[in-house]
Order: sequence, then structure tokens, then C-alpha cells
Amino acid sequence: MPPLLPATQRLPAVAAQDHDKITQVAARVDFTAMTASVIADLSEVARSATALRAFLHGLPGVDQVGAEQRAAMLATRSIKTTAKAYAIDLAIRMVDLTTLEGADTAGKVRALCAKAQRPDPADPSCPAVAAVCVYPAMVPTAVSALHGSGVHVASVATAFPSGQATLDVKIADTRAAVAAGADEIDMVINRGAFLSGHYLQVYEEIRAVRAACGAAHLKVILETGELATYDNVRRASWLAMLAGADFIKTSTGKVQPAATMPVTLVMLEAVRDFRDTTGRQVGVKPAGGIRTTKDAVRYLVLVNETAGEDWLDPHWFRFGASTLLNDLLMQRTKLTTGYYAGPDYFTVD
Amino acid sequence: MPTDRVDVRKTYKLFIGGAFPRSESGRTYQVTSAAGGFLANAALASRKDVRDAVVAARAAVPKWAGATAYNRGQVLYRVAELLEGRREQFAAEVTAFGEDPSTVHDAIDRWVWYAGWADKFAQVHGGANPVAGPYFNLSSPEPTGVVGIVAPAEPALLGLVSVVAPAIVTGNTVVILASEPRPLPAVSLAEVLATSDLPGGVVNILTGRPAETAPWLASHQDVNALDLTGVADPELATSLEQAAAGNLKRVVRPAAGPAWTADPGTARMAAFVETKTVWHPKGG
Repeated sequence: MPPLLPATQRLPAVAAQDHDKITQVAARVDFTAMTASVIADLSEVARSATALRAFLHGLPGVDQVGAEQRAAMLATRSIKTTAKAYAIDLAIRMVDLTTLEGADTAGKVRALCAKAQRPDPADPSCPAVAAVCVYPAMVPTAVSALHGSGVHVASVATAFPSGQATLDVKIADTRAAVAAGADEIDMVINRGAFLSGHYLQVYEEIRAVRAACGAAHLKVILETGELATYDNVRRASWLAMLAGADFIKTSTGKVQPAATMPVTLVMLEAVRDFRDTTGRQVGVKPAGGIRTTKDAVRYLVLVNETAGEDWLDPHWFRFGASTLLNDLLMQRTKLTTGYYAGPDYFTVD
Repeated sequence: MPTDRVDVRKTYKLFIGGAFPRSESGRTYQVTSAAGGFLANAALASRKDVRDAVVAARAAVPKWAGATAYNRGQVLYRVAELLEGRREQFAAEVTAFGEDPSTVHDAIDRWVWYAGWADKFAQVHGGANPVAGPYFNLSSPEPTGVVGIVAPAEPALLGLVSVVAPAIVTGNTVVILASEPRPLPAVSLAEVLATSDLPGGVVNILTGRPAETAPWLASHQDVNALDLTGVADPELATSLEQAAAGNLKRVVRPAAGPAWTADPGTARMAAFVETKTVWHPKGG
């Protein structure tokens, strides 16, 4: 098998200002030369544990310093006035409004659903968020509260957040959520198995959950805070995409560190290279730790400069967040009214 | 002592959330003495510094308002002790602006006077109300929240202390726009506060042009009250009052030229409190 070489591994050595141009050219060269054989290989990579392991370990390593510098460099972009207004509205449309607490009640979920549909009741031009993300037991409540609104219902499943349950339980969990009306399933991978090198087990579990999802979209949570290295993040991303994920998601939000810019950069490179290789587009969802509008806009810059404009859409990029929405709304109000808004004027949940 | 020693010049910075940042805008302006000589470069705050200061002040509210009145009084006494130790520095600063150094003593005495009110104000301003029913009915003054203050230019330290101390003694947190021509005592006061037990964010001091920054403070939806004592321009004061009406801020706009050395009374403390009244069944 020829080594799969997404051009990304050479990025950090290139001068920053020439990055994008060179990346795209290099990527095209690499992939046109390799596409046929790689696609043939991709259908075969999961034929055995050894083959899958060889493929994942054959992925080029991530230059840690380079990835962190690139993310830091993109975070310095200044986005103002009309571009900022566009970014804020886009970010609101990308929010998966999330409540994943043991203390969640039906009332809280209904309140959250009301907010999801009309985040700023004082301003009808404010768009709705992408989805509401809840525990499986709360799915029926969310489905009835969001009926006909166009806001999706996402449910975590597969023994969230640890993923430490038997496969039967995970599948039953997923089926129950889908049967209750969830449009999107956020599953967690088995990090224990992944970290001990049992890639095929993780792959088979994702395949099984994918099958249980039916028409629902599957988001696969890698929990990058527990994967330790960027190389592992890249491997887990490819593993999830090969197994049929519609989205790859950074974190559960229950582990620190949650989403970071460099981790998201690595995942965005993975989905870009995956589409170049297979033609299938996969979404990315950073979750946890994104609290301010400034952060959100930085992520959007990262998306645009890494994966490209195709991903600047709620269908392909999401923010898993709860407190972020209020900051977005306050910034939006500041832009429309001309004075600083206060948190007293927005709902807590 | 070597005669060719180079002076270590002080950088006058802002005071936000207990830290001393430069202005986000990177701007500075020159402060001159009464005689027109160069004194220092002070930070020229921007609207984003106002925004950051309000965030810091809001974050400090729960802890400061939740502290016992006795504890707030002790913290303020401690500030007075430190002010006393810096007396000469403050005297030099106000003298450079052509003021009488005795105003520094007045300022420290005033701080102590307000510190003494911390655990007495509720008794004077609140109390048990006689009601026609089997209830205890109690009123108590609670802090308003974040108070924006435009500090008077003169007297530089006494004026500043006279507007800051009554606002924080009852549990409010403040964002102060220091006087544009005479900001140095405000920055030195910040250094005193930073080394006292006052929690970071209770007092935030911005130097620069109040005419530029005050409108952002007045219209800010997360500011609860506004003190316009230092606004000399009546047109600006009126426009600030109008902006403050947006979220019904409490506004203090005293008649021109308060007598700074006179007994201030409790009016300034009473301006930034909300009366909470509780009905409690008597039983029986």
C-alpha cells in the first residue's frame, strides 16, 4: 500500500503567507496521483486489525509546533464591522445549544428549545440555532418543543460521556434516541480501546452505531482531551470517518482540555484530506470551552483557511456550546444598537 | 551617591480587575503640571477598556456585596492605613497640580470617615417598619451594583476619594473615569488599592478623556448607576443622562462646585443603594 500522504505534514515548514496557495497545489498533486489506489485501499483498510493499524499508523505525523503556531497565527486575524456581523449570525446558526447535566429537567429543556428557536426575542432578524443537544431521556421533550421549527434535535448516546458500556447497551441507547425522534446522534468512541491500540474494535463499534442510527446523522466524539497527542487525534479522525461518521466532534465537554484551536485544525485537515481522497464530506464540531464571540470567530477563520468555504455552513460545522450563545447575542446587540449589552437582558439558559 | 544616576520613571497605567494593563488602544497622553511642565505619560483609555472594566466590576460584585459590612469596613480602614504611608507621594502629586497638600490629609480622613459608616449605614438608612398586621417588616439598603463614576478634576485626591469611598462602602463596585488633566493621584490610589485587601475589580480606574469614554459607560447596559460629579460640560452631562436612561440607571448629577471640605453627610452613600423590604409573619 502506498503511504497516504496528505500534504498537511509539510505545512509548518512553509512561510505563513504562502501557506494556503502551496497547500492547495500540493494537495492536488498528491491526491490526483494517489486517488485511485488509495480509494481501493480505503475499502480494504478495515479488513483486519493489522491492516487498519498499519493504515492509521501510516498517516503522516502532525507537527505539533507547526499546528499550534498556525492556529495561533490565524487567531490574530481581525474581523470587524460587516464581516463580524456575518460571522456572528453564522456562528449563531452553527450553535448546538447543549444541556448535559444530571440535573436537567423537562422544564429546562423546554426553555432551552424556546431559546433555540428565537435566541433574541427582542430581534426577529436573529437566526435560530442549528440544534438542541440533550440526553436521550430528554429527546421526546425536545422533539415536541421543537416540532416544525427546523431546529434539529441532537442526542448524546452510547454511554456518554465515558463510552464505557457493552456494545449492546450502546446500540440500544442509540436506537432509543432515534426512535424518540432525534435527528442527530452524538456518540463517544471507546477511548480505552483506542488508546490500547484496539482500533478495529473502535471501528466496529462506530459501524454498529452508524447502522443503528438509520437516517439520523452520526457525530463521533473523539474526546481529544484524553487522546494525548495530535497524531492520535488525526488517527481517530480518520478512523471515525472511515467507519461512516457524518461529523467528527472534539469533546464531550466533561473533560479538560476540551476543544482547542490546534486540535480543531488537525481535524479540519483530516476532513479536507478525506474529501479529497474519497469525495465524501464530513463535518466538524468543536465542543466545550468556546465561550466568547472572539473565540467563535477565530474558529470560523480556522475553518475557512483550513477546510475551505464549503465547510462554512451549519450543515458542516457546528459549535457545541451553552454559554457561547449569550455572548454572541450580546455582541450582536452591540452591533445593532451601538451600545454594550448586559447579561441581564438575556436568559441564563 | 553617584550624580549620573538615571531616574527610574514610573509608567502610569490603567487599573482593571486588580491588574495594571496599558490601554487596549496603546495610546497615551501627556500630563502637565500647573506650571505647564511635563509630568508623565498617562494611558489614554478607549471604549474597549471601558468594556473590560465593566466586566471586571461586574465579576467583583457578588464577593464584595456579599462580604459582611464589618469586613468591608476593615478592608477600607486598611486602605486608609496605606494611604497614610504614601502621604508624601500624594502631597507631591497634588502640589504639582497647584493644589494645597492639606487636601491629602482631608482625603485620608474622609476615607476613614466613610470606612466607619460601613457597618452603621444599614442601621441609619434601614430599619423595622411598623405595619398594620402580624408581620415583621424590615427594610435594608442593598448595593445597586456597578457604578460608573466620572471623577472631579479638583481637588484631585480629595475629590476622587469623596466619590469613590461612598460608592464602595455599601458594597457597590465602581468604574472610575479619572480626571483628564489630573490623573496621577488616581493611578497612585490604584497602587494603594492593589496592595490592600480590596478584592480585584471592586475599583477600576481608567485615565484618559472622559468626554470620549463616558458615553460608552453611560449607555452600557450592565452598569447600574452613574455619578456625573466630574462632568463640567452641561451639554455632555445632559447627553450622558439621556444615555443612562436606556436601562434606568441611577444618576447623580450634583449642582456645580460641591464644597469638598464640608461634612459630606450620607447623601452619596444613599444614592447608590436599593432598599429591600422583607415581610415576615410573626406567628402566634
